[in-house]
Amino acid sequence: MSEATLERGLKALKEQIDTPIALFFSSCTHCGMCATACLFYTETENPAYTPINKVEPMRRLWEQEYTLIGRIKKAIGMSKPITDEELEEWQEYCYNACSLCGRCTMVCPVGNDITYMIRKMREGMAAAGHAPEGLIGASKRAVKIGSPMGVKLPALQAQARHAEKDLGMEIPFDVEGAEYMMLMSSMEIMNYPEYMEAVAKIFRQAGKTWTISSEAFEATNSGIQIGSSDIARELVSRVVTAAEKLKVKTVISPECGHAYTAIRWEGPNLIGRKFPFHVKHILEVLDEFRAEGLLKTEGFEEARMTFHDPCQLVRRGGVVEQPRNLLNMVSKDFVEMKDHGIMNWCCGAGGGVSANEDAAELKMQAFKRKKSQLDELNVDTLVTACANCRIQIEEGLEENEMDIPVVGLTEMLAEHLVEDNKTEG
Amino acid sequence: MTAVDFLLWVRGPGLTIASIIFVLGMTLKFFEIFMLGRKKNLAELRGSGVKEGFKTIVTRSGHVDTYSTRHTKFTHIAGWVFHIGMFIAIFLLAPHIEIFKTFLGFGWPALPTPIVDLATVISMITLLAILFHRITNPVLKYLSVGQDYVVWALTFLPLLTGYMAYHHLFFRYEWVLGVHILSVCLLLVFFPFTKLTHAFTLFISRWYNGMMAGEKGVQQ
Repeated sequence: MSEATLERGLKALKEQIDTPIALFFSSCTHCGMCATACLFYTETENPAYTPINKVEPMRRLWEQEYTLIGRIKKAIGMSKPITDEELEEWQEYCYNACSLCGRCTMVCPVGNDITYMIRKMREGMAAAGHAPEGLIGASKRAVKIGSPMGVKLPALQAQARHAEKDLGMEIPFDVEGAEYMMLMSSMEIMNYPEYMEAVAKIFRQAGKTWTISSEAFEATNSGIQIGSSDIARELVSRVVTAAEKLKVKTVISPECGHAYTAIRWEGPNLIGRKFPFHVKHILEVLDEFRAEGLLKTEGFEEARMTFHDPCQLVRRGGVVEQPRNLLNMVSKDFVEMKDHGIMNWCCGAGGGVSANEDAAELKMQAFKRKKSQLDELNVDTLVTACANCRIQIEEGLEENEMDIPVVGLTEMLAEHLVEDNKTEG
Repeated sequence: MTAVDFLLWVRGPGLTIASIIFVLGMTLKFFEIFMLGRKKNLAELRGSGVKEGFKTIVTRSGHVDTYSTRHTKFTHIAGWVFHIGMFIAIFLLAPHIEIFKTFLGFGWPALPTPIVDLATVISMITLLAILFHRITNPVLKYLSVGQDYVVWALTFLPLLTGYMAYHHLFFRYEWVLGVHILSVCLLLVFFPFTKLTHAFTLFISRWYNGMMAGEKGVQQ
């Protein structure tokens, strides 16, 4: 990133304002309903965390720059200019207290996509130098090293060797012409090595060709979290280059929420052209295997379980039925949380919150919402499909002394695979 | 200026000027909004989103979130009641329909006056409750700016003066009716430049919201 200044921030923010943004600001009546949809508000009752307030500086910029009345008010000195101090205050509201979960977007009675607005607001914040240190660090590591957590290729290769030993099969790297190219999140490489093994086992059974690119294996994208399209574009480009080089048909986004948004929905718009390949979340791929009869499982989980929908998969991504279809293959006691699917509550740490040390305390407060949801259910196991949600939920459960194991859906399915149906992978 | 002069001015040139400002202002407003444009979505879409957009225009009138439903009952119910009452008062009172007829060239059936009167009273009471809620609820108090109160007054005054005119309360009828029409003129003049524009833009906002979700396959 070039040097961040207020001037650059305002310029970047101005460039973000489009027809929907102008419509949304023209429609807001300050009714306050978005507050009750936001877990950062419900768990703290801090009115400053009301979602629409998180974009207040952008509203003023829109008014001052793109409306006649605003321009007149500005010309005669009747409007309040946006200052560095103000943006510094807003850093807490639009980074620490927002996981871009999208619930506010679903309840706003005038139809404002507030999440879309906050995502854009962050572009201005980052360019003005008011992004949290944790996210700046993660973004720098992502650009320089290739991973926000600093995970390098040898770490992935070591994990692959380990999986090869366990499974007695090769983990395919850089195979040209493979049908699928699998991406990973750093969190999975570091904390959940079972994910890679699970994918390898499932693809072997399904008889599908797949590969990992040694040049672009990282799926996460700090650029879309911090709000820097330049960084986001660079990270997406690496994946696109690798996928084109290997001529794969489909790129698989791993069990990670925002990685899916980054590559699936923002990706082509960031690089300015359509992808010559499909992008699917691992759960979409597994559900396709299920529908084609390529995913054969045996036995059922004993535990009573529920599914935590990662926000970027459901509300912001449209992957709603797939996890349910898959869970029902291996569970007979699957129960839904009261608000689930597109209205599920966020874990409290998405949208860059987990990488932001300033939000460490707040994200645990926000977790209380998930805790109340779980308290109502009395489940033995929680299943999810995002490594970031998983870490946050595990930490939250630990802090609240709740003994509920958290498992990834892909690995749970892999444990139930019918083993005698091996196909060369 | 006599009461009759005043009445003749506001219902003649006054209302015409206000209506012109309203129409030009709204035209400018839509120009300001749509000249900004929107980039084409290049992602592989699950649907055009158009249908979802239209669906959301309707569905967003209710809630999908059980928590928000429980915690925003007042805002939700009061919002509905006051808007319906106001709609009845504006569009279904016989004298109002006559005025629309002179502008538009066609009219429609009116509701019996006592019903419109009741709707006006309910609407006013609800608006007072909404104002009380705005100054006492911590979130609304925090969010509210001067314009929110100005717009509240601009909405309340035509109802109040209309009610007073109909019941011949307090002042000479011509004065009250003149003030009633003047309050409508003010509402029209301020309309395009305040959050009152939501009356038009909310439908397009809902459409964009539903359309963008629909492109991703999210059903609302």
